[in-house]
Amino acid sequence: MLLIYCPYCEEERSELEFRQAGDAHIARPTNMTEMTDEEFEAFFFLRDNVKGLTFERWRHLNGCGRFFNAARDTVSDKFLTTYKAGLPRPDLGTLRPATETTVETYEATESDAK
Amino acid sequence: MRKYSVFAVAREAMRGHRGWEAQWTSPEPRKEYDVIIIGAGGHGLGTAYYLAKEHGITNIAVLEKGWLGGGNTGRNTTIIRSNYLYDESAGIYDHALKLWDGLSQDLNYNVMYSARGVMMLSHNVHDQQVFKRHIHANRLNGIDNEWLTPEQAQEFCPPLDISRTARYPINGAALQRRGGTARHDAVAWGYARAAADRGVHIIQNCEVTGIRRNPDGSVAGVDTNRGQINAKKVGVVAAGHTSVLMEMAGVRMPLVSYPLQALVSEPIKPIFPCVVMSNTVHAYISQSDKGELVIGAGTDQYSSYSQTGGLQIITHTLDAICELFPIFRRMKMMRSWGGIVDVTPDRSPILAKTPVSGLYVNCGWGTGGFKATPGSANVFAHTIANDAPHKINAPFTLERFRSGRLIDEAAAAAVAH
Repeated sequence: MLLIYCPYCEEERSELEFRQAGDAHIARPTNMTEMTDEEFEAFFFLRDNVKGLTFERWRHLNGCGRFFNAARDTVSDKFLTTYKAGLPRPDLGTLRPATETTVETYEATESDAK
Repeated sequence: MRKYSVFAVAREAMRGHRGWEAQWTSPEPRKEYDVIIIGAGGHGLGTAYYLAKEHGITNIAVLEKGWLGGGNTGRNTTIIRSNYLYDESAGIYDHALKLWDGLSQDLNYNVMYSARGVMMLSHNVHDQQVFKRHIHANRLNGIDNEWLTPEQAQEFCPPLDISRTARYPINGAALQRRGGTARHDAVAWGYARAAADRGVHIIQNCEVTGIRRNPDGSVAGVDTNRGQINAKKVGVVAAGHTSVLMEMAGVRMPLVSYPLQALVSEPIKPIFPCVVMSNTVHAYISQSDKGELVIGAGTDQYSSYSQTGGLQIITHTLDAICELFPIFRRMKMMRSWGGIVDVTPDRSPILAKTPVSGLYVNCGWGTGGFKATPGSANVFAHTIANDAPHKINAPFTLERFRSGRLIDEAAAAAVAH
């Protein structure tokens, strides 16, 4: 089970307390009634569904209840960092190379950890 | 291809089983094909088979990143049913169910389709109303589905606990008798053998790294780790990795990929005569012909491409299984695994042309693709061959998310399936 660092509670808590809440750093439309069908589709239905490094909103639902942002690798499920909502995208270059080699299996992740 | 029969088994038994030939070959890729299918799972191999059998197109390559049938085809709980609510869904899933019945003969390969009945448990008034609505809608579409009382449900599935003090009490069940299971590997192998026999090239360990385009924007072929391969038409049948492949052609998809987990118990003697599903507590169970209980969970909570998933998801499912079937409480589980499923906003698939000429996509089956394998492959082959959808898959477009003509099985079932 993953431990996720909540930037508001300032501690690592079990993933059971958290919920994924969509993509981060998205400008939500303010003129919904004037949008074309294409624009609405792109905002409402289409997703990048990134394999690898992605920036997402998460919510500490069964904790402080607040939304924050996370940089996560969707192949290894590793959280690279979490940060408060409203902050700009962190420079991951200082944390590690932007994309690690992708691992396909649990076994590969395990040996990576060792 | 040597036909499989009881005589072949007898002949080989007499001479020490030295005469069996390879079921399919592994040829070097050609420079160019008429059609390339990306993904050698059941849906992809089936598409190649029906293109060859029904549309006379045999210059086909099926490219597979890993090994044949190693994705969701080999990772699901093999449940087959067609009792979906909407007319469009009933059309495609029942087309598949009709093809399951007779598929072994068609392929000359025993896919072990067993119409043992799929029973969906109702735990509350809401379930009962939803299931009865499904039953009536199914009957109007000519699909069998019937309501059982708790006693009838237990008669159909003796291990079921229907006592009033159960943790998840049962107030009835919906039963589709034509539903059942099939051997998942055999489906991939059977389609592969029959397609290869008609000249289809099955190329494993061949990862597509790019989709090539002509100056006019149409598809020219693919780049792979084994070099460039040209093709007039390309069909993407890649389940959880569809978004990644379509991005190579610049098409953004209405898909999110989640892990979906399943597990099997130690093998035991026959005890479980049917398939039982409970949407409310989210558990699926049947017994394979090997004797293992095959148990499926709901999708994980967050999107991921890791073929593992969280332990809490399967323990939650096992909690529910043990409450519904107290007889299984002391059984040991042998293996668990995850597959990556591509989920659409309305939980219905996409089998359609794309904005890129010559590029076709069959995806979005979410957690319920196995049951549709023959039907999906059959109408997708029609779509590729004619550059136009079959009337069965005509509603399952990519454009429905723009026009709003959704096929909202998500709302109909109130559960990912």
